[in-house]
Amino acid sequence: MHILLFKILSPFLGLLFQAPGQGRMALVWERAQNPDLSKFLIIGALLFIIGVAGVLTRRNIIVIFMSIELILNAANLNFLAMSRYLQETGSVNAVAGQIFAVFVIVVAAAEAAIGLGIVIALYRNKETIWVDEIDILKW
Amino acid sequence: MYRYIWLVPLLPLAGAAINGLLGRKFRFSERLIGGIAVGSIALAFLISLASVYSYAFGSNAIWPNVYVTSQDGASYSWIPGGAVRFTTGGHARSVASVQEKAREQFTKMSPEQAQRQTVPVLSAINEQERASLLDVEWSYQLDALSSIFMLVVTGVGLCIFVFATGYMHGEAGFYRFFAYMGLFMFSMLVLVMGSNFLMMFVGWEGVGLCSYLLIGYYFDRQEAANASRKAFITNRVGDFGFALAIFGVIATFGTTQYTDVFAQAANFPLEPLGQWGILSWIALGLFIGACGKSAQLPLHVWLPDAMAGPTPVSALIHAATMVTAGLYMLTRTNVIFQHSQTMMTVVAVVGAATALFAATIGITQNDIKKVLAYSTVSQLGFMFMACGVGAFAIGIFHVMTHAFFKALMFLGAGSVIHGMHHEQDMRRMGGLRKYMPYTYLTFLAGWLAICGIIPFSGFWSKDEILWSAASTRYVPVGWIVWIVGTIAATCTAFYMTRLMALTFWGKERFLDNHNEHSDGHEVHDKDHDTPAHHAHIPHESPASMWVPLAVLAVLATIGGFVGISPAFTGGHHVGGRMNIVNFLDPIIWNPTTRLFGTHEVVDSFGKPLELVEKHATASVLTTEPAHAEPPPPYGHEGFNLAHAIDSFLHNHTLTEWVFIIISLLVAGFGMFLGWLFYVKNPRLPDIWAARLRPLYLASYNKYWVDEFFGWAVTRRTMDAARAVFSFDSKVVDGAVNGSAAITRFTSRVTGLTDRYFVDGMVNAIAGFIVRLMSPLLRAAQTGFTQNYALVMVLGLVLAVILFFGADITKAFRAVFAVGF
Repeated sequence: MHILLFKILSPFLGLLFQAPGQGRMALVWERAQNPDLSKFLIIGALLFIIGVAGVLTRRNIIVIFMSIELILNAANLNFLAMSRYLQETGSVNAVAGQIFAVFVIVVAAAEAAIGLGIVIALYRNKETIWVDEIDILKW
Repeated sequence: MYRYIWLVPLLPLAGAAINGLLGRKFRFSERLIGGIAVGSIALAFLISLASVYSYAFGSNAIWPNVYVTSQDGASYSWIPGGAVRFTTGGHARSVASVQEKAREQFTKMSPEQAQRQTVPVLSAINEQERASLLDVEWSYQLDALSSIFMLVVTGVGLCIFVFATGYMHGEAGFYRFFAYMGLFMFSMLVLVMGSNFLMMFVGWEGVGLCSYLLIGYYFDRQEAANASRKAFITNRVGDFGFALAIFGVIATFGTTQYTDVFAQAANFPLEPLGQWGILSWIALGLFIGACGKSAQLPLHVWLPDAMAGPTPVSALIHAATMVTAGLYMLTRTNVIFQHSQTMMTVVAVVGAATALFAATIGITQNDIKKVLAYSTVSQLGFMFMACGVGAFAIGIFHVMTHAFFKALMFLGAGSVIHGMHHEQDMRRMGGLRKYMPYTYLTFLAGWLAICGIIPFSGFWSKDEILWSAASTRYVPVGWIVWIVGTIAATCTAFYMTRLMALTFWGKERFLDNHNEHSDGHEVHDKDHDTPAHHAHIPHESPASMWVPLAVLAVLATIGGFVGISPAFTGGHHVGGRMNIVNFLDPIIWNPTTRLFGTHEVVDSFGKPLELVEKHATASVLTTEPAHAEPPPPYGHEGFNLAHAIDSFLHNHTLTEWVFIIISLLVAGFGMFLGWLFYVKNPRLPDIWAARLRPLYLASYNKYWVDEFFGWAVTRRTMDAARAVFSFDSKVVDGAVNGSAAITRFTSRVTGLTDRYFVDGMVNAIAGFIVRLMSPLLRAAQTGFTQNYALVMVLGLVLAVILFFGADITKAFRAVFAVGF
């Protein structure tokens, strides 16, 4: 059982604990030069799962918003990682992912602005920002 | 230039269309509407003028040839031959083959022979084939007659349009008025310019329609609405006759084109008094049509009532142009009429009777427009008289001069009515000379013209009519016609002097009892609300009204010189083509020579054949010198007044002068009587009205003709209608109502079944299912956002598993290879 646990966690541990005999900055530099795609994807997946869990479980609508931002940023991370990876492999259209990330940021900003406006309107009308007290979607 | 005559009817139509279709929607101003209407008529007038000039007087003049627009291809087949062949039983042979047959027979003959043989050739083709040839084209014809009518219609029409822009100022339906007027001009021009009977019929009905619309212009007034219906229905009687005559023409000649019809008709035998051949019957139908349109006895009843329309309408339609359509038709079909001595006699007698009848009514009427209306009927009677005694050109001459002076008098009356704030009763006028100088001076010219004082236009035409009646060789009753006409002329002078005296001379009666003055006041004076107007002082009309009056006054004064009497000029119609008698010569058929025209021999297609010696054809017209006279056209003549006096005096010119002096004397006598009765001694009318009370009442009540028609026609029609109505309401409606009751009963039964049985089933089943299913669906709708988000995430997970399940498993295997 503990062997199985180690097998599962070993890739993540490898991220956190570098091999001995190498400087931290050098390691970072080396990682930057030779990115390992799967690590970025894993972090992106973690962010996404955290975001989804937040959206589904939190009652405060502000926190839900923050969770949505996490989801969006997970997507951004995927975009950037893929873009970088494809650049390494020599794809012509590799920069598209970075452009997409910028779009997503813009959309997120707009969404945040509108969403917070909705929150304020909601509070003024219902005097609450707790989503379990708001069930007007039923009607 | 005459190739553009098709523009003449088109321009007024375009103006009417613009005014009528757009005037209300875009709220055209009065200036714009008036500009469009007057502009279109003015342009049409200029084109007519140029066309007639280039047709008859220009360097390329083709007078006396007939010009038809289809000669230049500027026409289209209106009713193509195929359509008619279909209705006549689907004859197998094509029109082309029939025409080919006719052409073959023509080419075998010499040209003269072919001209003579038109009828045999056409009758060789059997009835059905002839009907199959009927191909009516829409084309315009320019000849002497249509030239004169074009000029009169557009010229007098222009004056009246200008006048109307002033007279109709401030009316609510300004655009509507000018749309109708433009439509009328179009119809009238189609009537006089069409090249076949059917086009004449289209124009004929068109002017009837416009007359109806314009009489009923003030449709909110009961008497105007009634008058418009009366005019329309009375005209239907005449149109029925006209339509029958057209059918007769088609059945007899197989065509409606004037040139073809008259070419064939010229070869028919003459029908002396008492013989009723086909041409007599056709002429009878045509004459009934002419009676309806030109208000002859006994169909005259609509014209006086038509004065309920606006005064420019009375001037244009009911005096100058439309009512002369009957004269146009008579002159156009003079070949047909001259074949039938019976119908010539009927025309002359009816014309004379109408002239006297209407003139005697005119004496006692008090409404200024009614007097003028009866005067118009009377003058139309004079014109018919002229046609009946064979002087068609003189009849058209009187149409022209009458258009000038009667339009002038109607417009003058309009000006008076306008100045008197819509007062029409002459008993409340008087002394207007001082207040309306222009109107008075122009009216003076019209008065002298209609009375027949020597240099004015009315003298020339009326004197010629009376002389033609006295000297006619066409009908045996010429001397009776002359006597009746002379009495009517005396009456004319009398009632016109009465009108002048009551309106313009004498005491100013409009100040007396103006509190009675109310009728028609509120109808159309929008701008008459200023205090000065309420003082009821007459005022002169604006320039847009008196300038047309002045133009017409000039025409009424000098317009008669185009037909100056031969007695003044040495026994000849001087002036060449400028003389109306010479100008109209090519279209008048001559029953003695059986050819068209007197001096130049013109064949029916309008091409001059040859010049024949003057003595052979001259002096057939009764105004020519009497020596070497040919026999009377119909073989016999009755008592001839002119011949009787001629044989007494032995001097033809002197004989004519006797009649001229008589006509001047009776005119002077009538005017003197009028002066005596209404200026010198104004108590005389009442005294004589009391002395001749039965006659006075008969004249004042218009001989009870309206009452007679009301009793004999209207009441009988109402009785019949009531009988039919009672049958309808009892029998027909009973059947209908019975079936309705059955339907009601059966529908009640089905309704109850439906309501209780079918609806009950549906409600039960549907309600059960809904009650069963609804809690499940309701429970899913919590309203909490996060529940919906959870469903979304679950769906996402499901989708990922579905699509990428295998890949994910593979990746796990690869990464965590150990232990699996």
